[in-house]
Amino acid sequence: MTTGRAHIPGLYIHFPFCRSKCGYCDFYSVTETSLISSFLEALSMEAALYREEFTAFDTVYLGGGTPSLMAPDQVEALLEMVLDTFTILANAEITMELNPADLTREDLRVLRRAGINRVNIGVQSFHDRELQFLGRRHDRRQAMKALEWAGSAGFDNIGLDLIYNLPHQSLEDWRASLMQAIALRPAHLSCYELELKADTPLGRKLGQRGHGRGSEDLAREFFIKTSGVLEDAGYIHYEVSNFAAGMDKASQHNRKYWDHTPYLGLGPAAHSFEGASRWWNRSSLQSYLADLSRRERPVEGREDLGPQELAMEALFLGLRTRDGIDLDRYARLYGRDLMRENRRQLEEWSRLGLVEIASRRIRPTRSGMAVADALAVM
Amino acid sequence: MQNIRNFSIIAHIDHGKSTLADRLIMKTGACDLRIYKDQMLDSMDIERERGITIKSHAISLPYTASDGETYTLNLIDTPGHVDFSYEVSRSLASCEGVLLLIDAAQGVQAQTLANLYLAMEHDLEIIPVINKIDLPAADVERVLEQIDSELGLDPATHLACSAKDGTGVDEILEAIVRRIPPPRGEAEDPLAALIFDAYYDAYRGTVINCRVFDGEVKAGDTIRFMFNDSIYRVEEVGRFLLDRQKRDTLSAGEVGYIIAGVKTVSSVSIGDTITLDDRPCAQPLPGFKKVKPVVFASIYPIASDDYEDLSDALEKYKLNDAAFIYEKDSSAALGQGFRCGFLGLLHLDIVQERLEREYGLNIILSVPSVRYRFTLKDGAELYVDNPAHYPNPMSIIKSEEPYIRASMMLPDRYLGAVMTLCIDRRGVNSNMRYPSPGRVELSYEMPLSEVIFDFYDRFKSVTQGYGSFDYDLIDYRTSNLVLLDILVNGEKVDALSQIVHRDRARTRGVLACDRLKDEIPRQMYKIAIQGAIGGEIISRSTVSAFRKDVTAKCYGGDITRKRKLLEKQKEGKKRMKMVGSVSIPQSAFLAVLKSDKDS
Repeated sequence: MTTGRAHIPGLYIHFPFCRSKCGYCDFYSVTETSLISSFLEALSMEAALYREEFTAFDTVYLGGGTPSLMAPDQVEALLEMVLDTFTILANAEITMELNPADLTREDLRVLRRAGINRVNIGVQSFHDRELQFLGRRHDRRQAMKALEWAGSAGFDNIGLDLIYNLPHQSLEDWRASLMQAIALRPAHLSCYELELKADTPLGRKLGQRGHGRGSEDLAREFFIKTSGVLEDAGYIHYEVSNFAAGMDKASQHNRKYWDHTPYLGLGPAAHSFEGASRWWNRSSLQSYLADLSRRERPVEGREDLGPQELAMEALFLGLRTRDGIDLDRYARLYGRDLMRENRRQLEEWSRLGLVEIASRRIRPTRSGMAVADALAVM
Repeated sequence: MQNIRNFSIIAHIDHGKSTLADRLIMKTGACDLRIYKDQMLDSMDIERERGITIKSHAISLPYTASDGETYTLNLIDTPGHVDFSYEVSRSLASCEGVLLLIDAAQGVQAQTLANLYLAMEHDLEIIPVINKIDLPAADVERVLEQIDSELGLDPATHLACSAKDGTGVDEILEAIVRRIPPPRGEAEDPLAALIFDAYYDAYRGTVINCRVFDGEVKAGDTIRFMFNDSIYRVEEVGRFLLDRQKRDTLSAGEVGYIIAGVKTVSSVSIGDTITLDDRPCAQPLPGFKKVKPVVFASIYPIASDDYEDLSDALEKYKLNDAAFIYEKDSSAALGQGFRCGFLGLLHLDIVQERLEREYGLNIILSVPSVRYRFTLKDGAELYVDNPAHYPNPMSIIKSEEPYIRASMMLPDRYLGAVMTLCIDRRGVNSNMRYPSPGRVELSYEMPLSEVIFDFYDRFKSVTQGYGSFDYDLIDYRTSNLVLLDILVNGEKVDALSQIVHRDRARTRGVLACDRLKDEIPRQMYKIAIQGAIGGEIISRSTVSAFRKDVTAKCYGGDITRKRKLLEKQKEGKKRMKMVGSVSIPQSAFLAVLKSDKDS
């Protein structure tokens, strides 16, 4: 089964260092920043090991971790390494995640000149109290500065991350935060509900809060409010947690995760996808470095997806996006006619206002997106 | 015949019957225990896993006793659950003696007593055996006292053993030879053989397990089943070691099998007498009873496409379970299915599990019911075991339901709680006996429907596991009955209907709505659940709709995990039945009969 061969792959680089760990985050990172240069060396070795398989990319995403812990010249060198190893197409979207605590105005200028053309700033909140609760290193003032400097450094594609449904946060608090964000006119907003995962410090501390029915009602109110406020302000709610000032500002890189476009993930714990296979790297910096010192791919696991699994993924990922599912493309790629198999169910959902079915597409509505996972289990 | 001993091991559940049986088999060298266990495991997973014996088996153990003589010890196994008490009685009728096994730590329990009474009815030699003496909690002194005071047996006759480590097993084998009398019978008399079990063999058809009392039988004979009044030609006779060992004849006193081209197990009735067609015995052996199912439920395939598969599976299953009956049925809510009869709830559980496990079927069982009796205005008498066939209330002049006598044994500190439970379950005519200080033997007459309504779970819970329970059906009694319907989003789900006592109707309605609310998973819309009697809504509950279930982040590393989670949910959904626009899980149908969430 080939899926999206016509789509050009994306490159993800996981920079696995943080100054300190945030209580809610379950991405892989370590605080031993002394290992940064060893990591960067290993990374270029890893990239070299894939140059035959992946030749060209049209997106690069530098995430983490906290990639802004790198000195600007390290980022420059990293991008150079990428350009030396692979072909990066003209007009490629090259994104870097930034922590507002890390950068100066000058740093941002250097990054822009080095070729980064999109930044995603981890603002999370405009309230210092909330930032402290989340264990962030920055405050509101630094966040505002970072946004301002990014603009003046020449970035016209700025995204910011926010987190909602914090303990003690009211809908009104959240609306105020959103209004502040809107006032800054970022090209892109990612608004994530705080999810307490069991393997995070905050998850352990607060336990199962957020799993009862009452709190699901609240989570829904936050979700609907977010969508409403941002769409009223002209943003497109193009994925469960993502909003863009125009479809040209939607993350080109993240889209690849949702439509089975191939991607190569470099760095510890990074995931890759190609054809019908997914593989993932060791989620330990030590073993990652050890593997690469032997010039071996630091792959920890791999799965080959059968037609049913691919179809399932395409369904639940598609239902997370405003574009929804193109029925003809779905039938072509996964050999299943969703409309014929589930007509009654889909018509029922359409009647309930959860999906819109038109021009051979199933699109989730705002309410539908809130229950996308349940829809996917049709 | 002097060198044959026919015996059973009888015990309360978990008192170690299977372990002792294994031990005797190993000790006598009938076969290698490992092979034995492997084979048993293949033959019936569920028995092993649940630690109960579902169907009886028989095995002939060769044993050289201390007197130098070689004996054949026929161990006739008995099912260990109240649902199968008739089978137990037929197995015991085939014996001359029993080992009455008592757990050294738990002492005498209700089934110990019930089994003892059965053995006494058959005038058997009873050897009390105290098992598990290796346990730290073993209290042999106390058990000896119970043997004396509660069982009325001479404690001096007891043996003690640990079936687990083998202690005392030699003494048991010797006692079987010395104390259990050899069978009596006349090999020259006309054939009289008692059927105590039958099972289906894919190559040979039905294999009949029997005890020959008089006469003999051999291949080529034409035999007659006296009650079933059918005739077959014997193909093979033999006895069981680990597998079937063919022999020339089976004669008076022996236990073995007959293969006679009987196509289905249902053509054989447990308890029937086999005789020779050309030289029949004067009268059949006593004690025959046609086994009748007492609990009924409908089985539906979850996907209606699977109806044919279900039909095939039931046909095959039935080959080996004569007590199970079924016929076509259809439900307005659940479509085409089968109405089935069971000996009890355990039997129902077993059938359900085997259909799912061995035939790979996804099925729904409707709420179990007993068989009610209605007398109508036109004088007709109507038996109804399916709430969907409840007669027009205007036409009923008398309603009756089956009653049982429940026998319970418990430490007296739980007496109050158990009496409250029994009275709550409409128990009457209580009887109480203190067989020994601190212990009570309690009996009540109760509607059977109350017993299938989670009585056993509640009983275990109020006695904290120290009580034991047994029952016998007694008769039908007048009862004020009504039909309780359940509506899901306004649509009547006939498979959830119950026939209940009028005084109970409201409580049951509230309970059913409550339980269903917990069992039916949230869906895209609110689901209203209502209980109704004759159109009047008496209870309601609501399953709220999904509010937000989508995860916030779904990037490279999250996709596999998410897919696996959704695949699991999808699997779960396959086990639900669409009723109108609502998916109802299998568990909901049985949950309606549970009163407590934790039991």
